[in-house]
Amino acid sequence: MKIIVCVKQVPDTTEVRLDPVKGTLIREGVPSIMNPDDKAGLEAALRIKDSKGAEVTVLTMGPPQAADVLRESLAMGADEAVLVTDRAFGGADTWATSCTLAAACGRLGYDIIFTGRQAIDGDTAQVGPEMAEHLNIPNVSYAAAIESEGEHLLVKREFEDRYHEVRVQMPCLITALAELNTPRYMTPGGIFTAYREKEITTWTRADLPVEDENIGLKGSPTKVVKSFPKTVKAAGMKIERGVDESVQFIMDKLKEKYIL
Amino acid sequence: MDFTLQKEYKVAQQLFKDFAEKEVKPLAQEIDEQHRFPRETVEKMQKFGFMGIPFPKAYGGQGCDTLTYVLCVEELSKVCATTGVIVSAHTSLCADLLYKYGTEEQKQKYLVPLASGQKLGAFGLTEPGAGTDASGQQTKAVLDGEEYVLNGSKIFITNAGEAEVYIVFAMTDSSIGTKGISCFIVEKGTPGFTFGTPEKKMGICGSATNELIFSDCRVPKENLVSKEGKGFGIAMSTLDGGRIGIAAQALGIAAGALDRSLAYVKERKQFGRSIAGFQNTQFTLADMATEVEAARCLVYKAAVTKDTQKKYSLEAAMAKLKASRVAEYVTDRAVQLHGGYGYIREYEVERMMRDAKITEIYEGTSEVMKMVISGSLLK
Repeated sequence: MKIIVCVKQVPDTTEVRLDPVKGTLIREGVPSIMNPDDKAGLEAALRIKDSKGAEVTVLTMGPPQAADVLRESLAMGADEAVLVTDRAFGGADTWATSCTLAAACGRLGYDIIFTGRQAIDGDTAQVGPEMAEHLNIPNVSYAAAIESEGEHLLVKREFEDRYHEVRVQMPCLITALAELNTPRYMTPGGIFTAYREKEITTWTRADLPVEDENIGLKGSPTKVVKSFPKTVKAAGMKIERGVDESVQFIMDKLKEKYIL
Repeated sequence: MDFTLQKEYKVAQQLFKDFAEKEVKPLAQEIDEQHRFPRETVEKMQKFGFMGIPFPKAYGGQGCDTLTYVLCVEELSKVCATTGVIVSAHTSLCADLLYKYGTEEQKQKYLVPLASGQKLGAFGLTEPGAGTDASGQQTKAVLDGEEYVLNGSKIFITNAGEAEVYIVFAMTDSSIGTKGISCFIVEKGTPGFTFGTPEKKMGICGSATNELIFSDCRVPKENLVSKEGKGFGIAMSTLDGGRIGIAAQALGIAAGALDRSLAYVKERKQFGRSIAGFQNTQFTLADMATEVEAARCLVYKAAVTKDTQKKYSLEAAMAKLKASRVAEYVTDRAVQLHGGYGYIREYEVERMMRDAKITEIYEGTSEVMKMVISGSLLK
């Protein structure tokens, strides 16, 4: 079985601050990490590898330093790593990114493609499903549990208020939630092997069959007009008391704030 | 000469840091107060390869080196010195001895499960009458047919009771002093091998420290390491490596106390401002950080020397002497910066100050380190 896992290097948003004037992320000095949803996808792939045997290839598109998340994936147990990097791919929105990654997946071949649900620096949740459309394969998003069953996967798809249990035939694309599992740690020996012995395959523009109008900034229909920080609201308060007592509590609070 | 860690070491260091923060730190206070061995943490470390870092993959290890192992013990000890010494005693004193002196059969039977995380190791040299003077061994081993019969006891043994594999030293000929000491592998569960009551200690309270008791304990002849009479040399050379592990533990304790102090002085307000604003605090922190960095240089140098050269006794002794002093000094200053809160259990520096002291004592006291160092100077 061949599994591709798409991973993205993102700034650790728990340590990111917003420039109050420009409204953009201050990325300087912020550590880069593997996107948490993607890491869950990788763990899901590695568990299938552990139990049934599979060749796991990690794939990312980004600048040369994005190789770090590929090495991390190798140190966790992935077999191969492919970095798609070229200035021509820079500035891509979800359409251009999904076109590029789908072309890379097509070249690699696969039974399952895992992506994260969304990246913590963009939060679009579009790239995975778009890739499935380009590749013309079924997509199950928001996976919270996965079991493999012959030629099929049984996927528990999580919504805000319910689950769907979906049986999907391979080849397919699954987008993983961080809650899907607890990713394993790298091993010290895995790190040494990833840095000293493993090669990372690098593909540039010339290596991928994708049209110019579908890549990079020029191939991106999305244009960001402006970004600005959200107004911060105070945290809410949950009152769990009887009806009368709760009403009284609210009335007191409203009076306290001179609303009444 | 380049003092920066290469990328693979930095990534490994970050791995150990993440593991220490997520898996080790949450238990540190609890195991200290309850004097409880953190079995669950050991199982995780076994699963993720932390118990065989410097050994080749062919023997179940991770194929890394002493520097990587030191980074691991340092990061673990920053949050929990108990966890640091569990790894150190297992790796340096038990597994490394077998790697260096074991036969191929002994390596396959004992080193592979130790390095691959199926078994935990321990090392028994110290006796009630044989501490720094290790030549005063009273434990005896007498060859009887195909087995050695062991009688005697060992005290203050780290991982005792918890480990499955024990390195034990005993006299095979007490008439010739240190030349009569031999080294054996003893498995937990061997008839005649039992444990005493756990010691009540000042620090590293989660670490199992116990007596090993041998009463007509029969050990197969093939569990003799090297040859009869080679035990003392094996013990001394193994302790050279162990000192690097303890130096890394001491470095970790000091660095951890510095981290806690940096966080505390920014939060704590007195006289209307954060105490980080006072020059006394600033100068104290500067001294602490400089001492930690000096210790780190010596510890990493000792590790690299072990990896690249045959002799490293001097570097290991200097690293342990300095790092253990620094652990004492920095934890003392950390408690002082915390004031009254520093004396309270809830604040970790109290534990760190208690944990630091042992690093000046075990695996060779500071006085022994000075004997080793001066012996090298005056050669």
